[in-house]
Order: sequence, then C-alpha cells, then structure tokens
Amino acid sequence: MIPPRHREAINDLLLDYGALIDGDKLEQWLDFFTDDCLYKIVPRENVVQNLPGVIVLCENKNMLIDRIVSYREANEYNLHYDRHIISNIRIRDLPERDAYAAEASYAVYQTNMDGESRLFSVGEYRDKILIQNGAAKIKEKVIIVDTYSIPTLLATPL
Amino acid sequence: MSLAEKFEWPRPDYSRVPYRLYHDKDIFTQEMDKVFRGDCWLFLGLEAEVKNPGDFRTTYLGDTPVIYNRGPDGKVHAFVNRCAHRGATVRREPFGNAKDHTCIYHRWNYDLEGNLQGVPFQRGVHGKGGLSPDFDKGDHGLRKLRVESYHGILFATFSDKVQRLVDYLGPNHAHHLKRLMHKPIKVLGYMRQHIYGNWKFYNENLRDLYHGVLLHEFQTTFAIARMTQQGGSKLDPRHRHNLSWGIEGTDSDEDAAKAYKEARVRDGQLTLKDDSFLGFRQEFPDRISISICSVFPNACFQQIRNSLATRHIRPKSVDDFELYWTIFGYEDDTPEMIRHRILQSNMIGPAGLISLEDGEAVEIVHRATHRETDTATVVEIGGRGPIVGTEIDSLCIDIPCRGFWSYYSELMGIEADGGIR
Repeated sequence: MIPPRHREAINDLLLDYGALIDGDKLEQWLDFFTDDCLYKIVPRENVVQNLPGVIVLCENKNMLIDRIVSYREANEYNLHYDRHIISNIRIRDLPERDAYAAEASYAVYQTNMDGESRLFSVGEYRDKILIQNGAAKIKEKVIIVDTYSIPTLLATPL
Repeated sequence: MSLAEKFEWPRPDYSRVPYRLYHDKDIFTQEMDKVFRGDCWLFLGLEAEVKNPGDFRTTYLGDTPVIYNRGPDGKVHAFVNRCAHRGATVRREPFGNAKDHTCIYHRWNYDLEGNLQGVPFQRGVHGKGGLSPDFDKGDHGLRKLRVESYHGILFATFSDKVQRLVDYLGPNHAHHLKRLMHKPIKVLGYMRQHIYGNWKFYNENLRDLYHGVLLHEFQTTFAIARMTQQGGSKLDPRHRHNLSWGIEGTDSDEDAAKAYKEARVRDGQLTLKDDSFLGFRQEFPDRISISICSVFPNACFQQIRNSLATRHIRPKSVDDFELYWTIFGYEDDTPEMIRHRILQSNMIGPAGLISLEDGEAVEIVHRATHRETDTATVVEIGGRGPIVGTEIDSLCIDIPCRGFWSYYSELMGIEADGGIR
C-alpha cells in the first residue's frame, strides 16, 4: 500500500520536473536529484537489441550539474522552447523503505524562435524515487526514447 | 537544364562553392546516381554486426534501401531491399537472423545471396495462370552490390569498375582504419541524429578542422582541446578523404592563452565538477587522442579519446539526412573499460558535449542559403590553389573540403575548367 502523501509527492515531482525544464529553471530542476543519482537517456533500439550504448549518461549529480553548466556556458544549440506532456504515471512500491518505481509516458514539443512547434521526442520514463524528509527525490531516471532518430540535436534535458 | 547550365565554379581550386549545389533537387537526384551508385566505395556497416550466418541488417546507401547479411558461405552479401517482382520492401525489420528473405506482398522468396528461389503458384493453379514456362528465376534476383571487408569494416559498391578498395582508401586511411580495427570489435549501441540540412554540409564539417575548437566550445571552456596543440590533416592522394588528428597535451597553457587572446576567443575559464570520465587511456601505439577519419562519400570513423564510433551519412532528400552512429569497443574489453567507453560517449552523438553543435551548424547554413542561386561559400582557411601532398601540419585549415569538391565534381561530371585534383 502506497501512502497517499507519497503518491501525491511523486506525482507532483514528475509534473514539476517537466514544468521546470519548460520554464528554463534547470538549476532548480537539479535539486530534484539525489547526490548519487543516475540520469540516462537510451534509444529504444538499443534496449530492444540489449546493447548498453546511451545518448546521455550521468552517474552522479555532479555530472548532471556539469551538463547544465556546459549547456549554459559552452554548448551551441538550436534556440527553442520545450513543452513536456507527462502522463500515464504508474507507481509501484519497492522493497526498500520509502522507495518507489514510477513509470510515465512523455512527449516533448519544441518551438523555434519563429513560433513553429514540432514534436521533438516521445518515450518513457523509468524512475526510482525516494522519499527523504517528506520530499520526493529522483534516485534514478532512465529515459527510453522512441524518437531515437533525434531531430537536429538534444541539448535540454528530456 | 543540364548541370553545367545551372552553375559554374567561380574558381578552379574549389575555394568558392556555389550554394546551389546544396539546394537543387535535380542535383540531388544525380548525386544518388553518379556518386552513391557511381564509381566509389560506400561504407556499409561492420562485420561484427552480422557475425553468424543468417544475421542481417537493413540500411541505406544514399537513399537506396539495402540489406546486408552473412550467407551460409561465411561471406557478407548486400543487395537492394526491393522485391524484384513489384518493388516492395522485402525486409522491414532493422536487424535479425533468417534463413532467407520473403517479401510479404506475394511471398517471393530470396536466399542470403539475393537470388530468387521461390515464387508461389509459379505453375499456376489447375494448369491455369502462373508464370510462363520461360520465366528464368536467375534473371529476377535482388539487385546485388559488390561487398569488401577492410579489417572488419564493410564497404559496398554498385560499380563494377571502381578501383580496388585499398587503393580507393589510400595509404593514410588504410593505415588508420587498420589501427582502429587492430583487434576484434564489439558493437555497444547506436545513436541517430536527423539533421535538416544537405548531406554535403556535413561532409564539409568533417573536413573543416578550423571549426573544431571554435564551434565546440566545451573543449576550450574546459581546456580539453585547443587550436595550439599538435595536429593536422592527412589526406589520400586524390584528396577526397580526410583524417583530422590531434594529440592533447602538446601545447603549453601560455602558448594557448596568447594565441586565444590574439584571436579574441575565450579559453579555459571553467572546470568540471566531475571530469573522471574524460581520462584518456592509451590503447594505440601512437599518442593520437582524437582522430576524425572521413571516407568519401558517406563515412566517418572516429576516435575521441577512448570513444570509438562509426558515423554513417544517410541522405534522405536534398534537405535532410540521418547521421547514424555505431558505438563500439573491443571484444576483450573488461566490463570496466566498456563502462569507460560508454561514459565517454557523453562527448559524441546528438547530445554529445563536443558534437551536438554540428547539427545546428549544418541547419543554420542550410536555412540561410536556400535561396542563393548566384553566391558561393568561402573555403580558403589554410590557403588557395592546388592541394599539395597528403599531410597538412595545422589545425587551422579547411583545405580538405576543397578535395571533397574536386572528387565530387569528377564523379558528377562537373569539374571546373582547369580544376585541381
């Protein structure tokens, strides 16, 4: 039995996760992760072929912070706004205390500086979420990308 | 209108490239014919992907769909993925293992060499219908390509008069590919990037050493690679391929700071919180830490530190192409080494810290030039005139782009008057 307050915290986390990326509040978005987090973006074709290759792999929060600093300070990318649609959230209890598996579908639309939107990516989140001091934190986020022929490039987090 | 009427080369050294060449639909159609089905070798895939008899994969050469598989004879065969009967796609799956290939439309069946071996109701039903008795199955196989393996890298061609593969590659590239493939490899995964720009802009990007540390600012911001380090370009005698190489740690911080200050380019301002994944473990007899080896017209073989990958350029139309990355390691890699390579693939691919910009660079050029019919791009970093020799000892060049255009023009039959080769 998942306590309703935990279920609520996990739901809020997943939705705020998308909203913070869409609002370009990536530094705040980083606060959702535990220090020993895993963040991984995997093409679905590699999952199907049981191959370990990934598009992005951060094995701790420092690597994720570096990604965001690099995005802000160094990388050049297509200027755009993101819009996340996150739904079909399913939450399961894990054997560890206050640990849950959460799965959800996502769609990310991108809008360019001419105001034209395109479907950028659809896929699935497979998360491990911990409740720490009443707050939900992401211990693992594995993003399986159906749209594995990435349009243009991938700079902002999915 | 013939190609010659559509444009002319402003200069015989290909230091000006008319924008029309990247945007004209007729030119694209002719490229698919004269380049991708012409007298050159095309990168097909890797032997390691089709290890066992019956293993197949589907791919594209130019915009032609192709199947390659290992036959019962142990050899890799490739053929056009189009049924000889009514033109349907025969193999719809991206990979698999099969004894034969059957088109779902009318169940025509082909063996692993592409020969037609079965036609349902060939003799008709109750003596009526079916194929005429003189129908020869031998004339109706899948269109075959010639395949050759160079140390496990597969190349294919539609041509029966192209030169030998090893001669096509030239000594520098043959040596480098052998270096990368010095022991059995293992595929670790795939990445794809769909770029909305002409495929030749990407070929230029691969031959433009000048952009490397200017566009990909991750390298300078975090002081990873600099224009001042030892490196340059190696070419084949025909100058159609390019091998950009560099050795990190061969310049001093003072030199770099001075050069970058003079060029007014930012240099090494920030440090990473976790740079442990970036470490370079020597695994080749030379000390080369970065090598971007492009082979005309559709391939790149890359080593960025310990990140190894092939890049396959798959033109879709005059306006877009897919860049298909195959990440690999060696069969004898320890689990820890595989992890290291996969962590280093953070640097490459559509989200790569030092490669994602190429998608944007290609698209902004494509977007801004589509209406330009009588203007041209400027290609003269490193000098003009003939390309001399096969070694250029500088990272501040885009000379190999001109070699690309020279060979492209030869294949297309549009060489400049007195054009360099």
